[in-house]
Amino acid sequence: MSSVDLLLPLLIAVPILAATLPIALGLWVDRTGWTVAGLTTSALFVGAIALASVVYTRGEDVTHRLGGYSPEFGIQLVADQFSMLIVLLVTAVATGVLAYTRRGGPRGNTFYTAYLLLTGGLLGISLTGDVFNLFVFLEITSLATYALVASGDGPEAAVASLKYLILGTIAASMYLIGVAFVFMATGTLNMLELAEAIPGAESQTLIHTGVAFIVVGFAVKVAQWPLHTWQPSAYQQAPDGVTPLIAALVSTASAYAFGRLIVTVFGVDYLTAVPNAAAVVLTIGCVSVLAGTILAVIQTEVKRMLAYSSVSQFGLVIAAYGVVIAGSSETAFIGAAIHLVGHGLVKAGLFLGVALVARSYDARTVDEYAGLAKSRPIAAGAIAVLLLSLVGVPPGVGFVGKWYIALGAVQSELWPVAAVIFLSTMLTLAYAARLLEKMYFTPSATAERPHAPAPVATDGGDAGPDDSGAEPAHDEPGAAIAAIRGDRSAAPVSTGMVAIVVLAALGAVALGFAGGTIAELLDPFLTEVIN
Amino acid sequence: MIESLFSHYTYVLVFVLLGIGIYMVIASKNLVKKLIGVNLFQTAIFLFFISMAYIDAEGASAPIVPKDGVPLEVMVASPLPQVIVLTAIVVGIALTAVGLALIIRIYAEYGTLREDTLREVRADE
Repeated sequence: MSSVDLLLPLLIAVPILAATLPIALGLWVDRTGWTVAGLTTSALFVGAIALASVVYTRGEDVTHRLGGYSPEFGIQLVADQFSMLIVLLVTAVATGVLAYTRRGGPRGNTFYTAYLLLTGGLLGISLTGDVFNLFVFLEITSLATYALVASGDGPEAAVASLKYLILGTIAASMYLIGVAFVFMATGTLNMLELAEAIPGAESQTLIHTGVAFIVVGFAVKVAQWPLHTWQPSAYQQAPDGVTPLIAALVSTASAYAFGRLIVTVFGVDYLTAVPNAAAVVLTIGCVSVLAGTILAVIQTEVKRMLAYSSVSQFGLVIAAYGVVIAGSSETAFIGAAIHLVGHGLVKAGLFLGVALVARSYDARTVDEYAGLAKSRPIAAGAIAVLLLSLVGVPPGVGFVGKWYIALGAVQSELWPVAAVIFLSTMLTLAYAARLLEKMYFTPSATAERPHAPAPVATDGGDAGPDDSGAEPAHDEPGAAIAAIRGDRSAAPVSTGMVAIVVLAALGAVALGFAGGTIAELLDPFLTEVIN
Repeated sequence: MIESLFSHYTYVLVFVLLGIGIYMVIASKNLVKKLIGVNLFQTAIFLFFISMAYIDAEGASAPIVPKDGVPLEVMVASPLPQVIVLTAIVVGIALTAVGLALIIRIYAEYGTLREDTLREVRADE
């Protein structure tokens, strides 16, 4: 069984190498991109499951030394109970979103290249055991994301992407400065060796400075208020088929990396002793929770609203890290891990649902969602389940994550944090309820829906290729606009696309029931890092 | 305090450069200049890595172990930061290329590189 560790480099190298194929093969054959990307992501998913089964059943880490160098100089790849959660999420969401893009678009060989690069970078972030290598993978991920955001139609996408590029690069550079300081004090870059070297390092000031830079860097990467400004426009301007992937995975991977640095590299005990570390992380998290939710409530665009909701949900994760530092709370860490995975799945599903609605009705604002439950009951139902799960209604996965985080905060007697978490649930309900109310209780006739050829599709389930019934609707102004814009009315929503959204909703509920199992799976990791 | 600043003047210079870079990103209205600021910021970090590996001692040299030298006994600069910087430069170039491509697209769409004009043009649309 010694070959299991070979899966680690393969999980990263295969998507990055396969990323060259769509463009290379595209020179000879048309439309190879989806096949290549589909095969690769499915293979990655299978590989991730195989690796996860080994990691979780054997209860020990799988490590691989790249090129056989000793960890002192070389790069180590590590799969443990925490990283496998993210690897599974990345591969599952990447496969699901790819299946959606087959009909939902965007298409084109360059899109699939960027898609595979992004997947490879995300897996790299999850699996690397080296802090500088982490920087490189953060940048690979970011580069692919910039390209994907910029591929959105309309000139606004380029502006959003450039804003993201400048802020993202500075954030990654901040992280690199932090690494430089820590490296200066310890002389190593390997995470496990750093963990041993940091507490005994000669110059603690260097390490404290490094921690400060790293916290700021990740606060931008994870989009924490007030450093979140790149995120809403990037999510909004990205093509509809891309937003689910970016929203579900990119910030999640950064948040995972931050958690990894906290528990594995610096260690909870060490950070507890660092002056103000816990207070700063807690404050960033709690302020983001409140600011993100309030900003989400006042948005009119659904995509933008969900983007601000991400700010607040990641605020919860960062606040949970703060609780971990302040109170050495295992419970809060379990909550953070579950919330990372749960939020990723829920947001992927929600943005897919939004893409679906935008594709069928060109509806993008909250008001335009009026009467959706009548015209597309299945899609609206899935969106509703996902929204409720985001709010934290049991048995959705959002509930489990928040429950553990709140429990951890209460156990550590951090009452303000616990209060913020309960308050955030109510505020989340404020914007989720707006959308639910529009979908279920506002009849479509009363609201203005200038872009909506309302009588076209009657059901989410059977809107197959025979939806060319949309053609007569062309005398409506909305349909005319859609016709000018291109393929909107010509390429309707397929059953498969609806099925993926429903699958995400079912997954969100199923994960809610699996909360206890995830906590058990994480247990060996936690006893190792938190005493 | 002053003495240590003088003996570690490269660090001071590096952080001045870092400040100039981030100031350019914030204050310059021109998008290309912003990107140059980002580059300056990154270059400062590269110099930081390189200068921390510098050894100021008798007989110290670049990280090349001579044929007759015994490894771990010859005094050489640490090669690890240099490898890091090499990688980071590649990453930086890729970012600059993507950034410039985006700027070209913005210029083609809006006909301006100035941030304030861009904001006005976008507000008009």
